[in-house]
Amino acid sequence: MTMETPLTESPAAGQPRAAQTDAFELGGHVFQSRLIVGTGKYESFDLMRDSLELSGAECVTVAVRRERLYDGAGKNILDYIDLDCYTLLPNTAGCFNAKDAVRTARLGRDILLGLENPGADWVKLEVLGDTKTLLPDPIETLAATEQLVKDGFHVLCYTNDDPVTARRLKAAGATAVMPAGSPIGSGQGILNANNLRICLEYLKEDDPDYPVIVDAGVGTASDVAIAMELGVDGVLLNTGIAHARDPLGMARAMKAACEAGRWAYLSGRMPRRLYATASSPEDGLIASRPRW
Amino acid sequence: MNIIYNGEPRVVTDEVTVAELLAEFNLTPRFVAVEVNQELAPRDGHETHILRDGDQVEIVTLVGGG
Repeated sequence: MTMETPLTESPAAGQPRAAQTDAFELGGHVFQSRLIVGTGKYESFDLMRDSLELSGAECVTVAVRRERLYDGAGKNILDYIDLDCYTLLPNTAGCFNAKDAVRTARLGRDILLGLENPGADWVKLEVLGDTKTLLPDPIETLAATEQLVKDGFHVLCYTNDDPVTARRLKAAGATAVMPAGSPIGSGQGILNANNLRICLEYLKEDDPDYPVIVDAGVGTASDVAIAMELGVDGVLLNTGIAHARDPLGMARAMKAACEAGRWAYLSGRMPRRLYATASSPEDGLIASRPRW
Repeated sequence: MNIIYNGEPRVVTDEVTVAELLAEFNLTPRFVAVEVNQELAPRDGHETHILRDGDQVEIVTLVGGG
């Protein structure tokens, strides 16, 4: 897949542009969809499978956990994810120190190697600092990033929206930095758009293609659109779909919002003005104008 | 012999290999990864990796997550 019409971040004024494709390159993988969707918290594997399909995502996250030795016909999530359609992105969710995160990442990679899934070369690194907020521990995240980069992983770093931490993670070799919009599973949306703007500025300075993804906190479709309009390259979400009243409907909404936000970002919004400007001509009116 | 399997003590066949242990537990090898004493036991070595008494063995699989 190639980008037939490469898109620039700031289109020249007055030039019409309609991209043929808007491929998303992330850690050597190329996707058409900019939505990455989690596979947790669904009421059933059937509902998860159908939601993933409707979201249009081509990349889905999975977690690594102890095998529970079912007696009978235990269902494995892999029976519900078509590995020919999805690139898996294993995470290190639930790890609270760099050592556990590195162990978990290596285990995840070993499973994906056995599945011959292209996701074997990357990891969504998540090293948490606190059980109540699930906010990341930036020091342990940085240490884990350094080790995993040495191990040859493409590291996609879940982090907070602090621009300084974001810059440190990139310098440590992270393939992508993924600031949270708000705490994991909170559904509060994008709480600090200005920090995300600064993250984008710092990370994309001299490197406009460096991937920045909003990961966590997205509650509904407008949150995705807002994130994409800021200029992030993608959005990663899970609970927003899984805990909607109708996950299938919300999966469609998230897909549409991601596309809408991306197009709005590429198209460049009009400036905000305090006063109105008429869209219809002011000349040729048969009506008289008021004095005020 | 005794091993610690996923945090719990367990009696298994003496000098069992990782591959044999997966068979003993009726697990699909494709869906799991194994760690012994906190070091990954890579899947291409499961046939030859012989477990020892007291080994701490973790067997993990993929589950839903965000």
